Amino acid sequence: MIEIRAVSHQIAGTPILHDITTRLPEGRLTALIGPNGAGKSTLLRLVGRLEPLQAGRISVAGHDIATTPTDRLAQVMAVLGQQTLIASRLRLAELVAFGRWPHHKGRPTAADRAHVAEAIRTFALGPLADRFMDELSGGQAQRAHIAMAFAQDTEWLLLDEPLNNLDMSHARALMARLRALVDQQGRGVAVVLHEVNYAAAWADHIIALKDGRILAEGAPDAVLTEDLLSRLYDAPISVGRHQGRPLVLHHA
Amino acid sequence: MRVLPALSSALIALMLASLTIGAAQVDLRMVRQDPLAMLVLLESRLPRTLAVALTGAALSVAGVLIQALVRNRFVGPDTSGTAEGAALGLLAITIWAPASPLWLRMVVASLTAMAATALFLAVIRRLPAREVMLVPIAGIILSGVVGSVVTFIAWQHDLMQFVGTWLGSGEFSGAIAGRYELLWIAGIAALLAWLAADRFAILGLGDGVATGLGLSVDAVMRLGLVVVSVVTAMVVTTVGMLPFVGLVVPNLVARLMGDNLRQTLPVVALSGAVLVLACDLVARIVVAPYELPAGLILGVLGAGLFLWLLHRRPVHG
Amino acid sequence: MIPAAPPRPSRPVWVLAGLCCLLAVISALWMWQGLGGGNRGFVLGLRANKLAALALVGVAVGVSTIMFQTIAANRVLTPSIMGFDALYVLLQTALVASLGIAGFAGLPAAAKFLSEIALMVLLASLLFGTLMLQGARDIPRMILTGVILGVLFRSLAGFMGRVMDPAQYAVVQAASFASFNRVNATLLPVAALVTVLAVLAAWRMSARLDVLALGRDAAVSLGLRHRAVVIAALSLVALLVSVSTAVVGPVAFFGLIVAGLAHGLTRSASHAVLLPAAGLIGATILIGGQWLFERQLGQAATLSVVVEFAGGLFFLYLLLKGRIR
Repeated sequence: MIEIRAVSHQIAGTPILHDITTRLPEGRLTALIGPNGAGKSTLLRLVGRLEPLQAGRISVAGHDIATTPTDRLAQVMAVLGQQTLIASRLRLAELVAFGRWPHHKGRPTAADRAHVAEAIRTFALGPLADRFMDELSGGQAQRAHIAMAFAQDTEWLLLDEPLNNLDMSHARALMARLRALVDQQGRGVAVVLHEVNYAAAWADHIIALKDGRILAEGAPDAVLTEDLLSRLYDAPISVGRHQGRPLVLHHA
Repeated sequence: MRVLPALSSALIALMLASLTIGAAQVDLRMVRQDPLAMLVLLESRLPRTLAVALTGAALSVAGVLIQALVRNRFVGPDTSGTAEGAALGLLAITIWAPASPLWLRMVVASLTAMAATALFLAVIRRLPAREVMLVPIAGIILSGVVGSVVTFIAWQHDLMQFVGTWLGSGEFSGAIAGRYELLWIAGIAALLAWLAADRFAILGLGDGVATGLGLSVDAVMRLGLVVVSVVTAMVVTTVGMLPFVGLVVPNLVARLMGDNLRQTLPVVALSGAVLVLACDLVARIVVAPYELPAGLILGVLGAGLFLWLLHRRPVHG
Repeated sequence: MIPAAPPRPSRPVWVLAGLCCLLAVISALWMWQGLGGGNRGFVLGLRANKLAALALVGVAVGVSTIMFQTIAANRVLTPSIMGFDALYVLLQTALVASLGIAGFAGLPAAAKFLSEIALMVLLASLLFGTLMLQGARDIPRMILTGVILGVLFRSLAGFMGRVMDPAQYAVVQAASFASFNRVNATLLPVAALVTVLAVLAAWRMSARLDVLALGRDAAVSLGLRHRAVVIAALSLVALLVSVSTAVVGPVAFFGLIVAGLAHGLTRSASHAVLLPAAGLIGATILIGGQWLFERQLGQAATLSVVVEFAGGLFFLYLLLKGRIR
């Protein structure tokens, strides 16, 4: 479980988050949604200790992120930011192999190599393993980074807008893989999603943020209602149903 | 508009100070009775004061122009290869035609300054448009590259001393009657720019807007290039390049008054003159009776101001 | 590097071995080529001194540039472009000016040098640590800040130099201009010691540097103590820059060529390979270049100018190819 208590944050004097208190259930796929500038990425980055915590407390699987050594946290959660451009010229397999670094600190064992091979297989990257990262398409590079986070083999996986730059089929495939991680391996996944319908289709738990505050949270059916979404996005939105899950429509 | 009178009085006060301060005592009230003081005044103090004011004014205006040409606030004639280009021309003519008359040397220096600036413009046109900060970096490096060519050639011909006076920090101690008059050309070039101020203001809005308003972009670019190069070449030859003047002054004025160049160019020119006069005075006072190059003071002050400009909170709505 | 499935160590090993051989050949050439019959022992001693100095500087510049580029996540920077060596020159001037020629310059060269680099490490890691940890979002602005800081430091040093008395000025002047011709031989033993220790420390960090090169977010996610590693690496860079600046003076773009060659030749992202490769390349270029210019072309003074010219052009080329991000 990820526990967030009384977290506030500001960047250069502008408040981004106001007194956020919530929980992300373990072994579930949680989606953070909300309009631009709602603070959803900031919240995820705070949990992933990519930004320093200014006020409040956050604990991940019982580890307070302010007091737990960062290398210990790396064995509990893997976090993938939006910026995935890297300066060094790496092959895909080499990049994924870095996911094992928290476990071996530079001296990989056979078990580490097995994990890397598994990650490459899971994300169907085998044919690209020897390619340099800068020779890959945006979608392929994105998958490689997620494979690296996967290889870290942590209880929690945090992804900041992983569907950026992905077309519909790749986005769908990625969400299906994340779903499988949750269902088959019992990992907890938290994703910031820009497009509400991906949350509607794949998430177990949704946290809706607006202007740095939580507007609603809960199961998709509870959060993705016409009234709530219209307030969230300040626009008339209608919600239909498709295959037993909500379907969000903007042409109301 | 109380800026102009304030700046004018500051300029007059600084010029009077510049006329009185120095190794020899000059009392401006008694100067008519004292032939020696008169000589010092007319042969040394007045030329020096005029040289400083002209240099500051012309370099600042050149800074406005180069910033309009490249549409980037973080460049100046000292970071666009212009000064190094002028030095290269001077070096070439010193080596190949040492007996050539002064006007020819000036023409050659202006032409090579122009060529180097044109090279800078060509380089930055190939940079990604959004990367605003890359333009000054490219300019600084290009200046360095052209500068190292100058150094290399000067070394071969044992002319390093000349390069030192052209590109080393600018110094006004050599500005006496008969050796500073070229700076008037720089002043006239700057005046010319003021007459075409509207065109440069429009150029700063972008090629599309300029063409839409019926302006020949190429012609304005050429005029700007000529003015910047001539001003820089004259300064390099007579007193040596001064750092940061052309970069900092236009920025400070634009921050206070905006970019309507017809109104701001006189302010820019006056501010430049005031700044350089103040620096020159400081340079003369700190280690009196010796003096420092004014460019050294400007290097410290200008770098500080530039860092502030670079990191201040952007003013936006 | 941690090869995932197929281990692929061959290329880097061959490249490193080749570079070692090349350096050995060039060094031998430097020592024994054109050795007359006369006072062999004396000439050999002179040449050995200079060889050691050039090798030290080459290694220091190569290793520090690779590390610095990794910290900055940027392949077009050198510590020198960002004002490191200017800071050292300023520091040296300030120490002489404030502590006086008798007190400070009177100290043995080694003690003086060690106190200078201690101060340098402190200041550089503070200043550049702040700049680079804060500025990571806007890299071009960070670079420009560094460049202008360099100008500021140089101007301040120049200012102090002019204000202080001429005898003091002579003490610091030597360090302000690059010259591979007049190396500062008195510092060699202590400089060698500092370089060896710093390079060893850097090499021990190579696994962490590999992770750092993935960018801040990825490095933090992998549990790297990002801030601590950046500061440690910057301190080593400051040590190495102090050595090269003290021995020959500032060299702005040389590191760029060395790092570019190291990346291109090894085609590896592993610092365990890159760092030694850059060190070897740096030493080879300096020794070979000085041999060429001093002994063959008879123009000892111009190597630094040529190196700077080529480095500047290479920088512009990288800039135009859009490699700055």
